[in-house]
Amino acid sequence: MATLDLRRVSASSPPAPGVREAAVVAKLIDTTTCIGCKACEVACQAWNDLPPETTVQAGTYQTLPGLAPNFWNLIRFTEHEDDQGGLHWLMRKDQCMHCAEPGCLVACPAPGAIVQYANGIVDFQQDRCIGCGYCMTGCPFNVPTFNPRTGRVYKCTLCSDRTAVGLEPACVKACPTGCLQFGAKASLLEVATARVARLEADGFAQAAVYDPPGVGGTGVVTVLAYGDRPELYGLPRDPRIPLAVTLWKGPLKWIGNAAILAGLLGAAVHFVRYGRKAVHGADAAPAGEARDGR
Amino acid sequence: MTNGWTDIRNADVVLAMGGNPAENHPVGFRFVMDAKRHRGATLVSVDPRFNRTAAVADRFVQIRAGSDIAFLGGLINHALSNHRYHEEYVRLFTNATFLVSETYSFDDTQGVFSGWDGERRAYTDRSGWAYELDGQGHARVDPTMQHPRCVLQSMKAFYARYTPEMVSRICGCTPDAFTQAAELITSTGTPDRVGTIVYALGWTHHSVAVQLIHAAAMLQLLLGNIGRPGGGLNALRGHANIQGGTDCGMAYHNLPGYIAIPKADHPTLDAFLRAVTPRATRPESMNFWSNTDRFAVSQFKAYYGAAATAANQFGYDWHPKLPQLAEGGYENWSWAYIFDHMLAGAMEGFFSFGMNPVSNGPHSAKATAALAKLQWLVVAENFEQETAVFWREDIAALAGLKPEEIPTEVFMLPAANFAEKDGCFVNSARWIQWKWKAVDPPGEALPDQEIIGRLFLKIRELYEREGGVAPEPVRHLDWWYTHPSSPSLEEVCRELNGWALREVRDADGAVILRPGQQLASFLHLQADGSTLSGNWLYIGMYTDAGNLTKRRSAADPSGLGRHPEWAFSWPANRRVMYNRASADGSGRPWDPSRPAIAWDGQRWVGDVPDYRADSAPAASLGAFIMLPEGVARLFVPGQLAEGPWTEHYEPQESPVANPLHPQRSANPVARPFTTPFDVLGSAEEYPIVCTTYRLTEHFHYWTKHNPYTMQLQPEFFVEIPEDLAAEQGIANADMVRVTSARGSIEGRAMVTRRIKSMQIAGRKVYQIGVPIHWGFVGRGAQRGSLANLLTHTVVDPNSYTPEYKAFLVKLEKV
Repeated sequence: MATLDLRRVSASSPPAPGVREAAVVAKLIDTTTCIGCKACEVACQAWNDLPPETTVQAGTYQTLPGLAPNFWNLIRFTEHEDDQGGLHWLMRKDQCMHCAEPGCLVACPAPGAIVQYANGIVDFQQDRCIGCGYCMTGCPFNVPTFNPRTGRVYKCTLCSDRTAVGLEPACVKACPTGCLQFGAKASLLEVATARVARLEADGFAQAAVYDPPGVGGTGVVTVLAYGDRPELYGLPRDPRIPLAVTLWKGPLKWIGNAAILAGLLGAAVHFVRYGRKAVHGADAAPAGEARDGR
Repeated sequence: MTNGWTDIRNADVVLAMGGNPAENHPVGFRFVMDAKRHRGATLVSVDPRFNRTAAVADRFVQIRAGSDIAFLGGLINHALSNHRYHEEYVRLFTNATFLVSETYSFDDTQGVFSGWDGERRAYTDRSGWAYELDGQGHARVDPTMQHPRCVLQSMKAFYARYTPEMVSRICGCTPDAFTQAAELITSTGTPDRVGTIVYALGWTHHSVAVQLIHAAAMLQLLLGNIGRPGGGLNALRGHANIQGGTDCGMAYHNLPGYIAIPKADHPTLDAFLRAVTPRATRPESMNFWSNTDRFAVSQFKAYYGAAATAANQFGYDWHPKLPQLAEGGYENWSWAYIFDHMLAGAMEGFFSFGMNPVSNGPHSAKATAALAKLQWLVVAENFEQETAVFWREDIAALAGLKPEEIPTEVFMLPAANFAEKDGCFVNSARWIQWKWKAVDPPGEALPDQEIIGRLFLKIRELYEREGGVAPEPVRHLDWWYTHPSSPSLEEVCRELNGWALREVRDADGAVILRPGQQLASFLHLQADGSTLSGNWLYIGMYTDAGNLTKRRSAADPSGLGRHPEWAFSWPANRRVMYNRASADGSGRPWDPSRPAIAWDGQRWVGDVPDYRADSAPAASLGAFIMLPEGVARLFVPGQLAEGPWTEHYEPQESPVANPLHPQRSANPVARPFTTPFDVLGSAEEYPIVCTTYRLTEHFHYWTKHNPYTMQLQPEFFVEIPEDLAAEQGIANADMVRVTSARGSIEGRAMVTRRIKSMQIAGRKVYQIGVPIHWGFVGRGAQRGSLANLLTHTVVDPNSYTPEYKAFLVKLEKV
């Protein structure tokens, strides 16, 4: 969105700092008040003009096994029995986490295909996407999905087109129980912390806010009743940008750059020392003719 | 609902039982979540399945489908035997103090009350359950509630059998699980705590449905939770306007405003009014139904207009009357009976507006066979559905028929849906809310009122031209609307509210109504034909100030979510019914932080009082002004088909004999139909308990036409406990077949830990569940998997609602 300042742009140098100070926004997901109604799933599709998926009943209430190019918002259902034999039916809304340090953006080799706005939203610009899928490797949450029909990768935009004009994301708008909220991350963290205190008082001693530091925190603040076991909800315990991506875009990149530079330097030295490389005899004949002659 | 959606946030304990509000009322469920978030309320879910509500509940208890009365009886016993009830409330506001006649008795080995007629399978003599009367015909009371024949002592004796062990034997939960839940639920039996019960079709779809509601009402009365903000007994309605339909005479035995329908042995208006108007049973009782004559005459004026005069009993002769049966009682034209009459060939034609009998009625095969007996069928619907194409080869085959054997002529009329027309919805909270048309109906689709208007004009024309058997009711019907072929619903609203036809003066001679003035209060209704009102309950929704159902002010001066200027809440814009019971004997709210109304020395202030606004507490009119006792009935002396107390009876199809009295297992008053279709299965052949339900992803049989909702829940499935699946070698997503004595359907297995096997009366019982939303017409894999191919037609003997929620099946892998 042109109206939003950029903080990071894939495969580009950092943009000039904007004049405006944008608050970092976030979406609060209180899994303890989610009833798995899936209104958010359809609202997401409706706002983003995504066609319906063809699904099958696979023995679960979950719509799809995972996120899909046309399905950016999925409630994951998990049946969990605790140590006392108590049954829990956990429901978590899965979508792009909008990491403060986005692995997808770091991994992306296409200039401008992934941007992070000043308000923290990580957005894909499909017109610049080259379909390499590196962002999928870079994401510790397994969120971006590749559409083979268009050759591009897709994910939740946190409704950047709505939020840019002061509206909440479509999923939040549709949520009937108030389990989803949208606003400044700082204030939502307060709401989440208060909710965790209430859960602790209600007997969920391990309740916690999921805002993993390994990716600099996320633009999705998740309240978990079993905060000590995020994997029950399909969340990684300590997500980080994969080492390969970090190395590749960090030290390896500079080693590579240094290697390229060294190569060029070597070539220059060679040129100065030995001059232009001459071509002799049959090797000088035009390549095309030579092949035709075979 | 006695209270309302927004009021749920005032509760300390929410019991969701006989309903799955998170699944079926996700938007209103916000207020349950608010109570949890802001008050730290406890949500208790009691259900056959660990469902979406259970997923966010603080406590879940699994019970067998059809065992709810035993659970509620256990709660009543727990409250009474541990003195966890609100004693002062019970003494002031219920009939706990009333003395019951010596002739009342209950035979706990036979499971029937005194007055039982075994041959006719009915309580033919209920006089034995009457209150003991004094010389003036008023009930004797014992305010100390110690008299052995007072209602409270009778209640204690009756429910003493519902121990935690007995609850466990019947319901399948452990005695501990029951007791822990009972402690939470009865924690609201104090002035400073309030609990609400939310229920839906999980209670009403049983052959003991009304008894179930009675049991829940008793529990809430014992706990002192009726009439109080955050309390009440709250029926969550399944469609946007079911409440409105019920209010306006949708059920065959009521006129609009819950006035009993005239019967064939009420030959005159006076006889009718005498039969349906109750007489006060306590000297100070307000007995508001003593105004029935005003309600009824004003309604007849709305039907027949100027043609209704005092000389012709306001057209009473023209009004249809329920015929008597040779064997006693009256004809029954409720849903299951309609289809029984239809199958017997007693009906020529049938209009089906917004209904899909093949799918949504019980026993789809019987419904299909019945429709094939019609000469004509009119279906007004948004989509083509199973009923409109019941003659199709695959659907007709359900009834063993071929399309060429079906003579019925079917007319399918495309109808506008709710968003394609203006009008009112009455929600569960009794809020009459205007809604505005969002889009035009597609193609040739018309709003229902235009279909009905055009039909009416044509029928009237035929009657006027050709006479006919009974032309008067149609010829005299006052069709005063500006556009007779498509009445505006704004005008219908005005008429339901009603207006003065002549000047009306009060006892002092002051003018209270000018001719043509819209009525603002049902206290102004007259029985002499000078007022007109289609439904007395709705008076106040459309006054001279305009259509108040369009109001949308979220202002909340009480801070308790009453929003008095949001739409209009019947009756009289009252948000919490029976709210007199929210304050003690001197008019002080039981809980000052949650007042409904309070006596300020001159008047009752707060919500619109459910009481005479200027009657001091000392006058003790009774907090339940609609009842002739003036107080709420724990003991019900003869108004229901069953006895005065609620007894657990097994479902019509049950895996066990009733542990309380095995020789009389099921509801003795319920009567199975007798056609060859109406068969019940035995536990030997069909050992598994099955229940049916709805999913949040779908709305009945509509949304199977929508690709987005179909993507969310693409095909019919069967929820199966893990151990049953293991026993039968069924893996997740395998195809399975469910068969009852009536029919068989196939779908995907959903193997889950959310339903567990149970020990019932000493044996292992399995329970499975099937959602209702698929069938023959629609997108995706429909497979003909109508849940109602399994269900039977036995109905509750009061409400006549079929027992969709508990029956027997067998399960096999396909």
